[in-house]
Amino acid sequence: MDEPVIPGRGEPGAGGAKDGSGAGSLSSGAVISGQGASGPVFELHGATVRYAAGTPAVEGVSLAVLRGECVAVVGPNGAGKTTLLRALLGLVPCVEGRALTLGREAREWPRDALARAVGVVAQREEPAFPITVREAVEMGRYPHLGAWRGLGAADRAAVERAMARADVAALAGRWVATLSGGEWQRVRIARALAQEPAGLVLDEPTASLDLRHEMELFELVAGLVRRDRLAALVVSHHINVAARFADRLVLLAGGRVVADDAPALVLEPDRLRAVFGWPVSVHRLPDGSPQVHAERRPGIPNGGVS
Amino acid sequence: MRRPSAPAFLAGLAVAALAALALGLALGAAPLAPGALLAALGGRGDPTAVAILWSLRAPRVALGFVVGGVLAVAGAGLQALVRNPLADPYLLGLSGGAGLGAVLAIAAGVASAWALPAAAFAGALLAVAVVYRLGLVAGGGLDSRVLLLAGVVVGAFAGALLAGVLAVSEAAQVRTATLWLMGSLGGVAWPGVLALAAYSAPAVAVLLAEARNLNLLALGEEPAQHLGADVARTKRRVYVAASLLAAASVAAAGMIGFVGLVVPHAVRLVRGHDHRFLLPASFVLGGTFLVVADTVARTLFAPLELPVGVVTAVVGVPIFAVLLKRWTSR
Repeated sequence: MDEPVIPGRGEPGAGGAKDGSGAGSLSSGAVISGQGASGPVFELHGATVRYAAGTPAVEGVSLAVLRGECVAVVGPNGAGKTTLLRALLGLVPCVEGRALTLGREAREWPRDALARAVGVVAQREEPAFPITVREAVEMGRYPHLGAWRGLGAADRAAVERAMARADVAALAGRWVATLSGGEWQRVRIARALAQEPAGLVLDEPTASLDLRHEMELFELVAGLVRRDRLAALVVSHHINVAARFADRLVLLAGGRVVADDAPALVLEPDRLRAVFGWPVSVHRLPDGSPQVHAERRPGIPNGGVS
Repeated sequence: MRRPSAPAFLAGLAVAALAALALGLALGAAPLAPGALLAALGGRGDPTAVAILWSLRAPRVALGFVVGGVLAVAGAGLQALVRNPLADPYLLGLSGGAGLGAVLAIAAGVASAWALPAAAFAGALLAVAVVYRLGLVAGGGLDSRVLLLAGVVVGAFAGALLAGVLAVSEAAQVRTATLWLMGSLGGVAWPGVLALAAYSAPAVAVLLAEARNLNLLALGEEPAQHLGADVARTKRRVYVAASLLAAASVAAAGMIGFVGLVVPHAVRLVRGHDHRFLLPASFVLGGTFLVVADTVARTLFAPLELPVGVVTAVVGVPIFAVLLKRWTSR
C-alpha cells in the first residue's frame, strides 16, 4: 500500500522507443514499486494456469513488457490469450510460475492499487444504466479517490488530459449509448488514461471496428507507447495490424509461447501454417512489415465466381 | 435531457420532504389546522390534539418515512447489483418468505403486535439465506443471474405454500392476512420505529460505503474490477445489506410495492446514476413518497383505511409509465 510514488517519466525503455516529448505525459503519478520502476511493467515467469482439473489453459509462459514498448499477443482461438491477460491482471492464480505487475505478484495487489498502475480495456462492456462520456472517463479517477471523495483539481485535469489525448473531448456531453464503436473504444482508452497507469492492457480492442477506426485506434496506442512511454499489451486476432504497430509479437498456441520476437521474425509461413492449421503466405509491405495472407485451398468451388 | 444541478435538486427534495411530513401530521380523521399543529408539536394547546399527534400520527409518519427510505435505498442497491433497472427489493424471494412467515403466524393464531413482524422477518431471512446459497457459484462469488433466478423460484415456492395455508384458513384470518400482505403503517408505536431506524442505519451505511463500486458495477463485473472494485466483496455486501433492509421493512409494514422500484428510477432519470447521490436522494424521496401515500390511504375514505400498498401501486405505476416513456424517447 505504501510504495514510493516516483513522479514523472520512467527510465529509457527498450523496444525501439523514440523520444517522448515531455509535455502532457500521462504516466506521471502512477504508483510504481521500487523494483518495478526500472524493471518491466508486465512479467510472466513460467506461468501455468489451469481451470478446474483440465489441461492447462496457459503452460510455462514467460514474457516481459517494458515501458515504451508495445507487445501484441496473437494466436488461434483457444490459444490461451485471454487467460494470459487474466493471469497478469491477478484474476486467475498461477498454479506454477509467477505473474508480476511492476515487480509485484499480480494476485497480491489490492484492486484499487492495481487500477492505479494498469489501465484495462476489456473485451466486453455494456453499461446497464445511461452515463455520459465525461462520467465514464471520470470513473478512471475512482481508484485514486476511494469511496466518497469528490474530484479535485488534479483529477479534473487528468480527466481533461485523458480526453484530449484520446480525442474524445468533443464527445464529453454525449450519452455513451449513442457513440459509434470506434468512439466508444476511444472513450474507454481515455478512461484507462485517466487512471494514469504505467501499463495498458487491451483485449481485442478492434474486434468490431472498420479499417479506418482500427488504424486510428492502433495509431493512438502506438502514440501512447512512444510519446507517453506506457507499456502496452494488446491481444488481437488481427495479425496484420498488430504486425505493423507492435514492437514484438508473442505467438501463442495450445497455451504455450511458440515465438516471441520482432514481427518480421515471428511471422514465418511454415510456423503460422502449423499453428493455425491453414496454409498461409507472408508478404512484405514497402515499410518492411510482414503481412499474412490465408491461402485458398485448391479444389474448393468458388460460389459462382470462376 | 438536461439535468438540474445537485443543489437545486436537493433543495426541491428537502422542501417536498418537509411538506409531506407536515401534511402527514396535519391530515387524518381529525385534521389539524396549521396553528393547532404547531401548538401540538410544541406540546401546547388541546391535550387531545397533542395525544393524537405524538402517539398516533408522529410515529406513523416517522415509520412511513423510514420504511419508504429503506425500501428505495435497497431497491437502488439491488438494481445496480443485478444490473437491471427493473429489480425491486422483493424480487429476490424476500416477499414470498416474509408473506409465508406472516400468514403462518396468523393461521397459528399468534398474530400479536410483535409476533407477526417477527414471523415475517424470520420468513424473509430464511428466503434470503436460501437465495444467497443458491446464488453462490464455484469460487465463492455471487452470480447475479443465478441470484435473480433463485429469487424467482424461492418466491414462487413460498407463494404456493402461502396460498395453500390461506386456502385452509378461516375467513377472518384470510382477511387479516390479505390486509397485512398489502401493507399498512397503522398500529405502530415509537419503540417499533426506533428499533427499525437503529437496525437500518448500519445496513444503509454499508450501501453508502459501496456507492462508487456500485457505479462501477453498472459497467459490468470485469470492467468494474479493472477500475479498482473488489467485485465479489461488493456483491456480497450489497446483497446482504439490501436484503436485511427489505426484510425489516416488510416485517414492520407488510408488503409495500413500487417504492423500491419507482423511486430510484425517478432519481436516476432526473439526476443520473452516481450512487453517492442516488442512494441518499432515493432515501429522502422514498420516505416522502410513502408518507404522502399513507396520508392519502388514511384520509381518502376516512374513517376507512386503504392498504398503503394499494396507493403506492395506483400512484406509482402511472408515474413509472411516464418516466419510462421519457427515458425511452430521449
